[in-house]
Amino acid sequence: MSCTQRDIGASTNSTEAKRTDPRCNEKKCSWASYMTNSPTMIVMIGLPARGKTYMSKKLTRYLNWIGVPTKVFNLGVYRREAVRAYKSYDFFRHDNEEAMKIRKQCALVALQDVRVYLAEEGGQIAVFDATNTTRERRDLIQAFVKENGFKVFFVESVCDDPDVIAANILEVKVSSPDYPEKHRERVMEDFLKRIECYKVTYQPLDPDNYDKDLSFIKVINVGQRFLVNRVQDYIQSKIVYYLMNIHVHSHSIYLCRHGESNHNVEGRIGGDAELSPRGKKFAHALRDFIEEYELSDLKVWTSQLRRTIQTAEELSVPYEQWKILNEIDAGVCEEMTYQMIQETFPEEFALRDQDKYHYRYPGGESYQDLVQRLEPVIMELERQGNVLVICHQAVMRCLLAYFLDKGADDLPYMKCPLHTVLKLTPVAYGCKVEMFYLNVEAVNTHRDRPLGKVTRDSALIHRRNSYTPLSSYDQVKRPRLYSAGNQPWLPLAPTPSALMPERLQSQTRTGSSCLTPCVKESTLTAAKKLVAVSASE
Amino acid sequence: MLDNEDHLLENHPRELTQNPLKKIWMPHKNSHIGHRRVCMTNCPTLIVTVGLPARGKTYISKKLTRYLNWIGVPTKEFNVGDYRRECLKIYKSFEFFRPDNEEGVKIRRQCAMSALNDVRQYLSVEGGQVAVFDATNTTRDRRGTIMKFAEQNGFKVFFVESVCEDPEVIAQNIVQVKLGNPDYMNCSSEEAIEDFMERIKCYETSYQPLDEDLDSDVSYIKIMDVGRRYLVNRVVDHIQSRIVYYLMNIHITPRSIYLCRHGESDLNIKGRIGGDSGLSSRGKEFAKRLRSFLEEQKIKDLKIWTSQMKRTIQTAECLGVPYEQWKSLNEIDAGVCEEMMYEEIQEHFPLEFALRDQDKYRYRYPKGESYEDLVQRLEPVIMELERQENVLVICHQAVMRCLLAYFLDKTSHELPYLKCPLHTVLKLTPVAYGCKVESVYLGVDSVNTHRDRPENVNVQRSTEDALQTVPAHH
Repeated sequence: MSCTQRDIGASTNSTEAKRTDPRCNEKKCSWASYMTNSPTMIVMIGLPARGKTYMSKKLTRYLNWIGVPTKVFNLGVYRREAVRAYKSYDFFRHDNEEAMKIRKQCALVALQDVRVYLAEEGGQIAVFDATNTTRERRDLIQAFVKENGFKVFFVESVCDDPDVIAANILEVKVSSPDYPEKHRERVMEDFLKRIECYKVTYQPLDPDNYDKDLSFIKVINVGQRFLVNRVQDYIQSKIVYYLMNIHVHSHSIYLCRHGESNHNVEGRIGGDAELSPRGKKFAHALRDFIEEYELSDLKVWTSQLRRTIQTAEELSVPYEQWKILNEIDAGVCEEMTYQMIQETFPEEFALRDQDKYHYRYPGGESYQDLVQRLEPVIMELERQGNVLVICHQAVMRCLLAYFLDKGADDLPYMKCPLHTVLKLTPVAYGCKVEMFYLNVEAVNTHRDRPLGKVTRDSALIHRRNSYTPLSSYDQVKRPRLYSAGNQPWLPLAPTPSALMPERLQSQTRTGSSCLTPCVKESTLTAAKKLVAVSASE
Repeated sequence: MLDNEDHLLENHPRELTQNPLKKIWMPHKNSHIGHRRVCMTNCPTLIVTVGLPARGKTYISKKLTRYLNWIGVPTKEFNVGDYRRECLKIYKSFEFFRPDNEEGVKIRRQCAMSALNDVRQYLSVEGGQVAVFDATNTTRDRRGTIMKFAEQNGFKVFFVESVCEDPEVIAQNIVQVKLGNPDYMNCSSEEAIEDFMERIKCYETSYQPLDEDLDSDVSYIKIMDVGRRYLVNRVVDHIQSRIVYYLMNIHITPRSIYLCRHGESDLNIKGRIGGDSGLSSRGKEFAKRLRSFLEEQKIKDLKIWTSQMKRTIQTAECLGVPYEQWKSLNEIDAGVCEEMMYEEIQEHFPLEFALRDQDKYRYRYPKGESYEDLVQRLEPVIMELERQENVLVICHQAVMRCLLAYFLDKTSHELPYLKCPLHTVLKLTPVAYGCKVESVYLGVDSVNTHRDRPENVNVQRSTEDALQTVPAHH
């Protein structure tokens, strides 16, 4: 249950005001990013081999995917920088003064980097991945956070199951840079002794007394149980929800597109076409593929468009339809070929190439919208075991980007060819990808990133779910959307150059002044700009 | 069971037909309309509340039931107190609840059994998916009985325990919901409070809270101090995960939610649906009045949300304060019918028009959305509204109907016909177990955009019958 959300404007800290400006100016930020109104430091707590780094990396990947700039600061990395060659667990003995000094120094350096990331580089969440097992260390961090006006949320991982710990050590410690010789028994022995060093001084979070006012989640025995204390805001609530849904059981996720459709063959985007004969062949091949792999309890998900359902039908297994797996809505460009789009809407076509991730089709969606739409799918994929998702090109790119940690620049250009199944298996801190081409030919629907430098017009890309970018231009006659079968009969009016936000300010009129096309921005910032401009005139 | 499971015995591929109402592609043989969009639960779930009296169990039960029903999970609550009141007819005093009152214990046990029977009926026979068993359930023994019952019937069990020792919160609970309770109809407030405190004492001695060790195999959430802290144990499936997320986002801090539509738009005047037009002059007048209204109300820390369509943004602009835009608040997508008048829809798509009247909640416009889709789209908005305090949501007719249905617990039958006229602000204030609604008409004329369900919904009806309820327009 929440306390009042803190408003951006409410802070009197000037550095905070300065810091929020670059973020608010980032007009393309996602909803989740927008709702994260204070930089937050997530602080991991726990003995070694409790999955802290696993959770840090996964959480960071998830937050970045939903559009909240997040970065991990792993203290082990800093320590390895400072102490080139790791000799043995002796380094971690709590009575090893020299080592303690070095370790503290590393922490301070890391915290400085956190400060830079959150206060100057536009980061919103920093994940401080270290043991942080003593109150002393945590008090230090809290002082740091307070000094800088950040929020702090602790994530403690508590586990006493020796099997889980041993498995962790084998999976990720054996291959750690600390143990180049990778001799299993030696690694295990040394590492267990390392853990003992920490146990001596470990002070777990105390929810009843010392730590009762802190915001934290205690993850117990790999997610069997959770203790959640004082969640303060939207992003902490989402973090808690995410951590409660992930698991470590081994499973695989299979992603593929529907079989080739009739529209694919004609080079048309969108629509709701049926499978072509080759597409049907693919569906057969997919069935053989599944049978061959004897996947137990495989769940099959499709979208609600015919081509994915037809593909699933061939598999002769139960499947579930998700509307949110539908292909990206291309609005007025639905069912057009790229050539037709270029001829009818040359400006739109160019705009899309400038920033494919944020570009929203008129009356349609952007990749950024798609990511928001797909979030429940990702959450459910995290909860599930083996799943086969039969979807579409843009959708598959978004899902793949989540699993492979691809950013907004790369996402819209990821290669997701027809008739190819990608098998994703979580392994160590990442995801193993295996690609299976099922040997049925299909057209290529991939459009590469355009070569050469494209001029960046920052405006316009972001529009409402509407047909004109700017409300004051009421006179433009809008084409009817989707008049069944008929193409829109009028191109959009060319967007006047005056729609650049900077230019727009100088032509402000009261009332409509703040209606910039960059609509995800708070009008608070637009209002600020307005004040700045009129002050200078 | 999923809709397409029957065919597993066949070998050849099935033809797909598109269900004309919901526009869902389904295999030929399967003609029934019902379709579960996401398989939320594979077996029914029994949610069991745990806690001393006046800890918010019924509040949580009702709220959770309302939420689950709204997102499409058939849920029903079973309040053992109601059964006891049925049985006993007249409540005399707290003595009934004394642990050494044999007669009382027997009756209470019978009531619990009776309620459980109805639970079984609901989950196994009537197609319910979640049942909320609202009672104190404070002893391990009682909980054991319930778990056995659930196991026998193939239900999953999830406990929701509310623990609170803050005397102020408890006192406030008693004042808000117990004083008006049928048990205390004929007493003064002081008498009621005194009796109720004694009632609580009757339970205290035998209370065995859920225990980390003894109950380590049980799925539960323990809510402490009205949500300051939660202990969550063994969440096993999607629906439990959603329930936990919901419970962790609700709060009881007093606040109000204001819902209104954008000011009258140019397309409204023409009687056209959808589109993205600007405000008419009357619409602009409304926006000005809205600003005055808000200033008068002196609302603390009001947040303002709009959609990403011009008409809501223009309305918010007139308020002169910061606002946030949600794409999810955009009006329902009418697909091929965008910007059409009802008369035109009847002319070009008479079948669609009739289907819509037959089942307006599930009907999906061709290449558009249904109310059902809208609810799914709006769920994050509801979740965030629960987290927030004072909020004004400037949205659209269909969207406002969905949000209103959530707060006022309207069924999917009622939802698409809720009256949400232009230029009227609804102020919703949570009170006791429900929501108080105040409707404020801001005195600016507008067209009426509300279309009631006509009498004749047959696909072969005449144009006149079809257009019977279309509101007047330019």
